[in-house]
Amino acid sequence: MKPQLTLDQVAVGDTLPVLRYEVSATTVVLGALATRDWRPMHHDHAFAVERNGVRDIFLNTPNQAAWFERYLTDWTGPHGRPGRMRFRMKDSVFPGDTMAISGTVTGVGVDEAGCGWIDVDLDLAVGEDSKTGCSARIAVPVSPDDNPWARRGERWRP
Amino acid sequence: MTDDLPEDLPDDVTALIDETAYEETSDFPVERGYIWTSCASVENGNPLYWDETAAAEITGGPIAPPSMLSTWFRPHHWAPGQDEPKLPLQVHFDLKKRLNLPEAIIAEFTTVFHEPVRPGDVLTTCQRLRSVSPVKTTKLGRGRFWTIDVEYRNVRGELCGVESYTGFGYRREVREEAKSA
Repeated sequence: MKPQLTLDQVAVGDTLPVLRYEVSATTVVLGALATRDWRPMHHDHAFAVERNGVRDIFLNTPNQAAWFERYLTDWTGPHGRPGRMRFRMKDSVFPGDTMAISGTVTGVGVDEAGCGWIDVDLDLAVGEDSKTGCSARIAVPVSPDDNPWARRGERWRP
Repeated sequence: MTDDLPEDLPDDVTALIDETAYEETSDFPVERGYIWTSCASVENGNPLYWDETAAAEITGGPIAPPSMLSTWFRPHHWAPGQDEPKLPLQVHFDLKKRLNLPEAIIAEFTTVFHEPVRPGDVLTTCQRLRSVSPVKTTKLGRGRFWTIDVEYRNVRGELCGVESYTGFGYRREVREEAKSA
C-alpha cells in the first residue's frame, strides 16, 4: 500500500479539511464506554445537570483524543504515525452541538534519525467557540518507500 | 479560608518528586473488541484497524490506536472483592488530600507515543510526580500546580507511551465560599 501523504506534499500554513459532526447523546455515551470512562457525567443527564451544573452530559477528554487522532490519520492515511498530542481543555461539548475539527500545519521537518514530522495545531469548536485545543506531532513518510511505523528505539524520537 | 495555606511544600511531598509510585499491571489484555468499539465511536476507518493485510504490511500486524493508551488502565466499574472504586491518576488525588486542596482540575495533558500497543499485550504502568509549584492564585482559587507522568510499558519492558498531566489543586476564594454557604 502506497502512502497517502508524504512529507514533500506538506507546507507550513496548510490547512486540513474541516470535519463536522453532529453530536448526539449516543456519541457521548459510546465515546465514554469505548474509553472505559464510567463517570456519570458522561451518561447520566440528571447527574450532569444537578452535580456538575452543566446543561447535559458531555464528551469526555479521552474520546476527544480519539476524534483528533481519527482527524489526523484521515488526512495522512495509515502510514501517518502519531508521536505526540498536547491537549488544552476549555469547555464542554454536548448532545445537539455540531462540532467542527480544524487543523493548520505549523511545522514540517526531518529529525536527525531521518524521520519526517509534521506539527499541526488542531481545534475542536462549536460555532465560534473553541472547546478543546490540541498541538499534535505526527510522522509521515519522507518518500513513497518510507514507513514511520518501522522505526524503533533511537530511530523513533517523538 | 486561604490564609492557612502554607507557602512551604511539606518535606514528604518534596520527597515524592521523581519517585516511582503505583506500579500496576492492567486488569485485562489489550483486545480488539475495544479497538473496534473505539474506532466506531469516532467513525475511524483507518485500515490499520480494519484490514488485516494493511495492518500486516504497515505495522507488522494489528495494533491499537495510540490515543487508546490510557483506556487499557481504566479500572473495571466493579470487581469481586473491590470495596472502593480504584482511581486512575491516584497521585493527583493523594496530593489533593495531603495538601488539603479540596478542588482540582486537570488543566492540560500531553501524551507521547512510543512502541505500538498490540492485541494481547498486558501493560504495566507507574506514576511519577515531576513537580509541584509554589502557591499560586488563579481565577479558580488559591493552590498549587503539579505535573504527574504516567508511564506505560508492555510485557517486554518496551516503553509504549508517557502521559504528562498538569493539575491545579485549589481552594475557592473566601468570597465565593461565603456566597455558596
